[in-house]
Amino acid sequence: MLYREAGDFKTSYGADSQTFPIRFDRMRYYAVLALAFGVVPFLINDYWANAVFVPFLIYAIAAIGLNILTGYCGQVSLGTGGFMAVGAYACYKLMTAFPEVSILIHVLLAGGVTAVVGVLFGLPSLRIKGFYLAVATLAAQFFLVWLFNKVPWFYNYSASGQITAPERTIFGIAVTGATTPAWAKYLFCLVLLFVLAWVARNLTRGAIGRKWMAIRDMDIAAEIIGVNPLTTKLSAFAVSSFFIGVAGALFFSVYLGAVEVGEAFGIQKSFLVLFMIIIGGLGSIFGSFAGAAFLVLLPVFLKNVLVGQLGWPTDLAAHIELMIVGGLIILFLIAEPHGLNQLWRVAKEKLRLWPFPH
Amino acid sequence: MPDTFWFALEVTLNGLMAGVMYALVALGFVLIFKASGIFNYAQGVLALFAALTLVGIMEGQVPFSHLINAVFGTSLHHIGFKVPALLAILLTAGVMVILAVLVERYILKHLVNQEPIILFMATIGLAYFLEGLGDVMWGADIKTLDVGLPKGISDTIEATTYDLFGYGFFIDKLDIVAALVAALLVTTLTLFSQYSKQGRALRAVADDHQAALSVGISLRFIWVLVWSIAGIVALVAGIMWGSKSGVQFSLSLIALKALPVLMLGGFTSIPGAIVGGLIIGMGEKLFEFFIGPLVGGATENWFAYVLALVFLVFRPQGLFGERIIERV
Repeated sequence: MLYREAGDFKTSYGADSQTFPIRFDRMRYYAVLALAFGVVPFLINDYWANAVFVPFLIYAIAAIGLNILTGYCGQVSLGTGGFMAVGAYACYKLMTAFPEVSILIHVLLAGGVTAVVGVLFGLPSLRIKGFYLAVATLAAQFFLVWLFNKVPWFYNYSASGQITAPERTIFGIAVTGATTPAWAKYLFCLVLLFVLAWVARNLTRGAIGRKWMAIRDMDIAAEIIGVNPLTTKLSAFAVSSFFIGVAGALFFSVYLGAVEVGEAFGIQKSFLVLFMIIIGGLGSIFGSFAGAAFLVLLPVFLKNVLVGQLGWPTDLAAHIELMIVGGLIILFLIAEPHGLNQLWRVAKEKLRLWPFPH
Repeated sequence: MPDTFWFALEVTLNGLMAGVMYALVALGFVLIFKASGIFNYAQGVLALFAALTLVGIMEGQVPFSHLINAVFGTSLHHIGFKVPALLAILLTAGVMVILAVLVERYILKHLVNQEPIILFMATIGLAYFLEGLGDVMWGADIKTLDVGLPKGISDTIEATTYDLFGYGFFIDKLDIVAALVAALLVTTLTLFSQYSKQGRALRAVADDHQAALSVGISLRFIWVLVWSIAGIVALVAGIMWGSKSGVQFSLSLIALKALPVLMLGGFTSIPGAIVGGLIIGMGEKLFEFFIGPLVGGATENWFAYVLALVFLVFRPQGLFGERIIERV
């Protein structure tokens, strides 16, 4: 009743192949966009931006990136943290080397650099499969973090070994640095997320996305029907790393401002993003958003309840949080291996029949 | 003989000893992977959990004291008496068996017939859960573990080698104990799986789940059994690592180091785990010794992974793994 597919007729090929063919979906999409672009920037304050919105937007980009590689192309990667570090350091080097160029271009270029690195570390995927590949990507994770720690050129020989984002502006408004207004951070990340999610959505439903999924479902069969595993796998690595690199660049320049590589981009980050796409749903753009939102909100929520309401010590709350996250992952895998995305699909089915379920 | 040669030899020996420690963790992985096809990421955290529990029992800590204090406003911390090491080890082994039963009942049973990757993710979830549980139960501070194993540099070896070669070798006694324990463990496990009834059942399950079921082997029992064994292997690894470097969170990261060991050796081979551990341990120490100073040191963080990566490109199934046959 509420969610209808019937009566929605298409009269042209263009209308038939649009991203959201059902009117309700389309309306919902526009409503979310209007809310995100038109309402939130006026209400946002520093706490909400730093605790919820900016991390959510950045992790959503990273989750979409990993979902392309793991969810769509079936190549499990534990190197997300390392690739985010590549994006962050590339962005830092570009920002300090070419201060007159726009930060937007730097962030995109940082994504490009990460894509190149991603393809390099993706090369073994042509020989190594499954778990073996997952472990092989750990090599990227540890090697890259070590590299950024040990080679002073990457952090411009600063004494602390940290990298700190200088102030950069777009249209005269600071988006990085200490004086950035909350809404500027938010909008900058939102615009990038919007564009990248749009690109991801259209890539995954086009020819290249179908090739990725063919490789994921059965690589040998895909090869036999003429999908080139070399270009398919490497393109997945490239696109995925581009997204993750952009996320890393934003994470460093907009969100944190100053970064110590082992702390910000350690192995924990790789797992966090992996959990996001598992909880959200493998092979779904919506799932990446849902998973990122869930895992960004959960610690904030738990902290507010355990520390704020019950008055427990913070370290205890952190341990309980670990238990809850672990428990939830297991629960999700048992109850709904396809994640939040599947729950949303089921909800839509119910809405379609409501209020006459038979 | 120049001193560098002897020094390199000493580094090699120490690397081999460190490799034994990696192999101890890798053994647990191989056991579970063989019997159930599950890639158990939680093995390292199992070792951490076992070591935490062991220390907690030995010190007579009240489990969950931190949580209880926070909820009820009490100030419990210790029972007041210490438990002897041997009894504590037995009790901890008991805890690991209970844990195995719980894992089977509440996780594995529900995930039968899921894809391997889903099971792998579930064990990551389990790892997080156990890590939190261990900290909530026993507190997150770094603890020292002393079950009475010999420690420190062996004077006898140093004196003997000095007399023989004019160069004294520094070798930690604990490493020698670890090597002996690992040898004992592998022998016991091999004997168990070759000659005992349960061991044969275990191998049957590893060969083919459905065929094993059809001749009346209880899958659920075998899973509990194999997780118990893995838990006890984790306890041994936890004791060794805990005595060496204290019981702390970084213990669970050793599990990650065990992954390249497994990849080298092949996921399905017990001797592979040992040989892989030795190669990785020796390789990373030698690399750090020869190349490390040139590139700024701390190469041990990544060398194992890169070595495994390069190796796998040439031999995707590992040294002793079963040949990968792919069909459409």
